[in-house]
Amino acid sequence: MSGFGGFALRRTVGAVVTLFAISVIVYVVFYVTPGNVAQITCGPRCSPAQVQQVAEQLHLNDPLYTQYWHFLQGLVVGQDYSTGTSVEHCSAPCLGLSYQSDQQVTALILAKLPVSLSLVFGAMVLWLILGVGTGVLSAWRRGRLTERLLTGVTLAGVATPVFVIGLVLMIVVCGQFQLLPFPQYVAFTDDPEQWAWNLLLPWLSLALIEAAAFARLTRAAMLETLAEDHIRTFRAYGVGERSVIGRHALRGALAPVIALNANNFGSAVGGAVLTETLFGLPGIGQELVHAVNVVDLPVVVGMVLVIGFFVVVANVVADVLYAVADRRVVLA
Amino acid sequence: MSLVNVTDLTVEFGSLHAVDGLTFRLEQGAALALVGESGSGKSTVASALLGLHRGTGARVGGSIEVAGVDVQAASDDELRRLRGGKAAMVFQDPLSSLDPYYAIGDQIAEVYRVHTRASRRAARARAVEVLDRVGIPDAVRRSRSRPHEFSGGMRQRALIAMALACAPGLLIADEPTTALDVTVQAQILDLLHTLREETGMGLLLVTHDVGVAAESVDEVLVMRHGRAVEHGPVSAVLGSPAQPYTRELLGAVPRVDAPRGHAEVPEKPAEAVLEATGLRREFGRGKRAFTAVDDVSLTIRRGETLGIVGESGSGKTTLGRMLVGLLEPTAGEVRYDGHARVGVNPAVQMVFQDPVSSLNPRRSVGESIADPLRARGEADEGRIRGRVRELLERVGLEAAHYDRYPHEFSGGQRQRVGIARALAADPRVIVCDEPVSALDVTTQAQVVALLGELQRELGLALVFVAHDLAVVRQVSDRVAVMRRGRIVEEGPADEVYDNPQNPYTKQLLAAVPALDPRIAAQRRAARRELAVV
Repeated sequence: MSGFGGFALRRTVGAVVTLFAISVIVYVVFYVTPGNVAQITCGPRCSPAQVQQVAEQLHLNDPLYTQYWHFLQGLVVGQDYSTGTSVEHCSAPCLGLSYQSDQQVTALILAKLPVSLSLVFGAMVLWLILGVGTGVLSAWRRGRLTERLLTGVTLAGVATPVFVIGLVLMIVVCGQFQLLPFPQYVAFTDDPEQWAWNLLLPWLSLALIEAAAFARLTRAAMLETLAEDHIRTFRAYGVGERSVIGRHALRGALAPVIALNANNFGSAVGGAVLTETLFGLPGIGQELVHAVNVVDLPVVVGMVLVIGFFVVVANVVADVLYAVADRRVVLA
Repeated sequence: MSLVNVTDLTVEFGSLHAVDGLTFRLEQGAALALVGESGSGKSTVASALLGLHRGTGARVGGSIEVAGVDVQAASDDELRRLRGGKAAMVFQDPLSSLDPYYAIGDQIAEVYRVHTRASRRAARARAVEVLDRVGIPDAVRRSRSRPHEFSGGMRQRALIAMALACAPGLLIADEPTTALDVTVQAQILDLLHTLREETGMGLLLVTHDVGVAAESVDEVLVMRHGRAVEHGPVSAVLGSPAQPYTRELLGAVPRVDAPRGHAEVPEKPAEAVLEATGLRREFGRGKRAFTAVDDVSLTIRRGETLGIVGESGSGKTTLGRMLVGLLEPTAGEVRYDGHARVGVNPAVQMVFQDPVSSLNPRRSVGESIADPLRARGEADEGRIRGRVRELLERVGLEAAHYDRYPHEFSGGQRQRVGIARALAADPRVIVCDEPVSALDVTTQAQVVALLGELQRELGLALVFVAHDLAVVRQVSDRVAVMRRGRIVEEGPADEVYDNPQNPYTKQLLAAVPALDPRIAAQRRAARRELAVV
């Protein structure tokens, strides 16, 4: 297994390098923009003195690499921001200050993150069960009525926007039959039961959309595996169809599912804006949209980095799971 | 009661009659080979014996009885008990026939549990037992390996172990040695023979290789177009074939013990066209570095054929690619016409093994053949078309084939296209890498004849890289035997074959299946003695 440990280590180092590269690119894209960066960062209502102070705090008058160095320093060890009269300490990982909302960006994101993670984790569990299950079923029942029905449903799922499904669910479940309360975010640490009940509809509407893609992918991968020679071997040895499908064919189809899941999980953390908005969940996606609208530069940069972090981490996890599922990956 | 009783079997896929009125029996403990070229329906028969066509849309007619089970009428459950329990099948490609995700021991145990309801532990023990039985060393530990950690021969042994797990009365082996090297093939055939002696199971062997059949069975059934051509004891069918097709088939099989047909010994050696000195090629770096070719020196003279023979992994393809310039050597040099050569040279061309994957499926064959002409700077469309038509006719195709696509051709025709493409650049040397190994014997003989004809006519030097010792003997003036990246023996073909000096060459030649069953038995005994020592 030393090969396996080495493999996991190599992937992790690769992830750190990727994150570093992302931070450089994001910094350059947002802070080397034409116009007065200090003015933009500070907000439209700042006085020239305040703008001057921001420029000094962010070292905007220094060369670019010094600016970036201070930014990186804040991320790794924390940073102090002097306002002339007092000093505000921003501990690592410090993503800077939001001058417009007068908060530390890290604190701002940390307040929203549990909401987004709750939403995406729960939805992921559902979309994997629904998507992979449907995919397996339609591969097994290939060419029969079941498969055609499922194909139709998943196609409809891919084509339906989340706000349609979410609205319909909400109107029917909460309005018409009053089975659930209209969703309102309750922290898991406050009341796990209420947390789950309130998130059920958001989970379901996000999962239904995503599940469609997983169903189609699983079906295609299963059909490919089912055509392989080793499946023929087990059929020719009297192994039952249930075992052939569930044990041998599904195992072969897992790799692409793991890869797709990593991408979708990572991007849903910051990208489930529609779901968050529809159900009034104060998550990362909503905050990002708000920050972009008011051009709160430090918040946008911080958000992009955090979302990048989740995408990269999800992919490392996927790579490692990949290797667990198929040992040949370690050799490559 | 017969072990297998097939009467008037027909299998149709749509409008294709894959098997057409076949009748045969196999007694308990006997061995029968179904021999035929690709498309003869032999594998379809093997699948039909286990009812594997059920649910695939194929129409199966006639009656099939295997180990007392009426396969046509059996319920799905009865059929599952037959498969693996009473009759087990060994497939051609052992790598793709095992599940890459599970340990080999677990896969065998799974099959065993399906048929016996044994406990997990007992099934694992049985898996180790059969793995040990088929000669996997350190079976307890190796049973935990996955298929990719096994060599080709060991994988085939593992598949045979899986077949043995439930002690079936019938073993169906579908091309069990086609993907294997000749020495490994001999080991597997010997293993099948010993197992049959010990367990008394019947064997139905499906093969395209007449030699493999001669080594292994008592009776032969020659098939063509889904029908039986000739059926009888192996010595009679192979010794004095009654049917013209059987004679044609046997005539096309290259003999490792027959000298080359034409012997025109030139008065003095022709000038050297291609010279390789101290060629060496490594792949990978650091601890993973692997030397594929090590210190190889060769001379290829005008108008001669140099055969390079070796088993898989011996470095023969790497060597061939370096001669053409597709790979840069790590050390050493290739000289063309006495000058050091850098990169590819149009005068040295290559014909590849797999004519399916070495032609672009989205371009017409004419366009593919025209590539070398265009690469040389020819821009006149009329001249290009004219030359390509000429080349197509030269290799035995029709000028009108210019606009057809690769999938419209048979394997042999595709290889002719590959040869035409190599000829387009007016080469003086052609390196052929396994040019006929994907072809049936009768097609193989035609392609080999074409290469010989072109060589005489155009004065080409040929480098013929192949694993098949008999084919190499048939075409070569000189032969180089490769092993682990080095040339272990080199000399005039007849000398190397009739009087091999190197022990490895001797071992290789002893492993080639003999067409005469009596000689095959003698060789098997000889191999057994060698193994004891």
